[in-house]
Amino acid sequence: MSDFNLKAATQEYATRLGDDAVVLGHRLSEWTSNGPFLEEDIALSNVALDYIGRARMYYTYAAELAGNGKTEDDFAYTRDMREYRNLLIHELPRGDFAYTMVRQLLVDVFNTYYLPELAKSADSTLAGIAQKAIKETRYHLRRSHEWTLRLGDGTEASHQRMQRALESLWGYTHELFDADPLELQLADAGIGVHNAALRPTWLAQVSAILTEATLTVPKDDWAVRGGRVGYHTENLGHLLNDMQFLHRAYPGCQW
Amino acid sequence: MATDNLELYEVFVRARRGLDHKHVGSLHAQDAEQALEYARDVYTRRSEGVSIWVVRSRDICASQEDDSESFYDPSDDKPYRHATYYQLPEAVNNM
Amino acid sequence: MMTPEQNFMRKIEAEEKIEPKDWMPEAYRQNLIRQISQHAHSEVIGMQPEGNWITRAPSLRRKAVLLSKVQDEGGHGLYLYSATETLGVKRADLIAAMQSGEAKYASIFNYPTQTWADIGAIGWLVDGAAIVNQISLQRTSYGPYSRAMIRICKEESFHQRQGYELMIALAHGSPAQKAMAQDALNRFYWPALMMFGPHDAESAHSAKSMTWKIKRETNDDLRQKFIDQTVPQIEFLGLVHPDQDLKWNAERGHYDSGEIDWKEFYNVINGNGHCNRQRVEHHIRAHEEGAWVRDAMTAYNAKQRAKTTEQRQAA
Repeated sequence: MSDFNLKAATQEYATRLGDDAVVLGHRLSEWTSNGPFLEEDIALSNVALDYIGRARMYYTYAAELAGNGKTEDDFAYTRDMREYRNLLIHELPRGDFAYTMVRQLLVDVFNTYYLPELAKSADSTLAGIAQKAIKETRYHLRRSHEWTLRLGDGTEASHQRMQRALESLWGYTHELFDADPLELQLADAGIGVHNAALRPTWLAQVSAILTEATLTVPKDDWAVRGGRVGYHTENLGHLLNDMQFLHRAYPGCQW
Repeated sequence: MATDNLELYEVFVRARRGLDHKHVGSLHAQDAEQALEYARDVYTRRSEGVSIWVVRSRDICASQEDDSESFYDPSDDKPYRHATYYQLPEAVNNM
Repeated sequence: MMTPEQNFMRKIEAEEKIEPKDWMPEAYRQNLIRQISQHAHSEVIGMQPEGNWITRAPSLRRKAVLLSKVQDEGGHGLYLYSATETLGVKRADLIAAMQSGEAKYASIFNYPTQTWADIGAIGWLVDGAAIVNQISLQRTSYGPYSRAMIRICKEESFHQRQGYELMIALAHGSPAQKAMAQDALNRFYWPALMMFGPHDAESAHSAKSMTWKIKRETNDDLRQKFIDQTVPQIEFLGLVHPDQDLKWNAERGHYDSGEIDWKEFYNVINGNGHCNRQRVEHHIRAHEEGAWVRDAMTAYNAKQRAKTTEQRQAA
């Protein structure tokens, strides 16, 4: 514990949370002009904007802690896939509308329990970011909850799409509740969150919503992990390829 | 992105506490709950409101222009209902 | 006793707005439906060329700005569909007309966005041209259209500014960035001038629209305003003006400019620009991919209603 550098660990933690937010924000932004109707298109863009806003706050804080003149954009635009530390569920493709909404439900319920814990952090910046994000998440969950009901209990076709998305995403949810030594130490220091403790409440609420939507809670018989150590799915490389294209093609420019 | 199977809702937004709700436009939604959420995303992207009403367009009864004589003209001869009808001395005219 | 037609013209001449329930000539209604829905389609199709760069925006700030701008365009499309619907048409029918090619949208969106600088050029020039037109339309005679325009103008003031700010960053950047800015200006300047439509003498709808005060200023007058205001903006960026024939005319107090390539204009209007097919196909694809979502909503709602009725009967 003696060689545990709290500041460096906090910086790493803020970067991880920034990675989660930027990658999911990016995926949601892929819906713009592709929504199932105009009102929903506009609403999805709002959710995407919330996540990009979060990414900026986390990265700005990470940059501040790094103290070497780095900016939020250095974090987003100059790190390669193996350096990214986001949880895998955020980087999976946008998929169809069912896939996007199931992912939102799983992540929104997680954030509903995670963010209030982070808001109690001894680190006032992280607590402040969480405080702001809680309000956004309350609205996000309201949307993903309602959409899950509509699509789960809508037509036979929509029900099937939802169940399929659920089966395909479920194995990525376990990682949400993992913690490596760094996160455990931060949680013990009152800065981070003991994620594992959140799973029972998460599972209870997700199950209740899925059941209400006539969907079946998948079996816990598979799990894919690796985001926090930079072991990603193939999808992230393509996402970064897109996102970082200008920085790669014109290195060192201001935009 | 058509919405042939959705309802048309009229949206009213209260810009600040103390003001009336004002009609701002309409949108399509499946139910009132969804209409409220979309109204938030569509009509208050710049914090234009503190409160939103949505009403199904087909539930609104509107006066017709042809009715306007019977609706509004009878008020024309009641100028005493308007503050400007009363001439007060300059000293107290900011009433 | 005035006829409805005389009463209508009296209102127009007295600068009173026409409201949805008022009597109006059928041709006025049709003219409005055509113009407002075309405007709405333009906003919605206009999401695509800029949307093309959302995932590639080079900073998180630019990404947030661009995303909210494209989202605004969706919102503006919605305000305008909403205004059109007050004339007794359904959005679904308007969209079907656009997808079939029967209804038009602004041709400018049939040009591809090839580089990041195009995002700057679109905000600066395309939104700039649109704003000149829209400011004038705030005084249009149809109430709901006028109110939508007022709202849109208020929201769009940031659109042009962010585009120009983006151009400043490029123009003051590396030689490659500056070249990118010049290239975008060269490609978007003329199409932006074309946005004001044909010369007044050639314009099919202009005269009637002016009499009814749907349009308040002519195509050429609005275009002139835009040409004049853009000259110092190009100078400030230190870029070369794409119009070689541009000359200050002291007598007119305006810039004289070179002739627009009208052949190109009509070619794109008639559906043969770079992206005409792509834009409509994109819209149709999104619409078709969303069909199951809309069906599910309707089915869910019907189930909920049935449940409520059942409960009521049981009680």
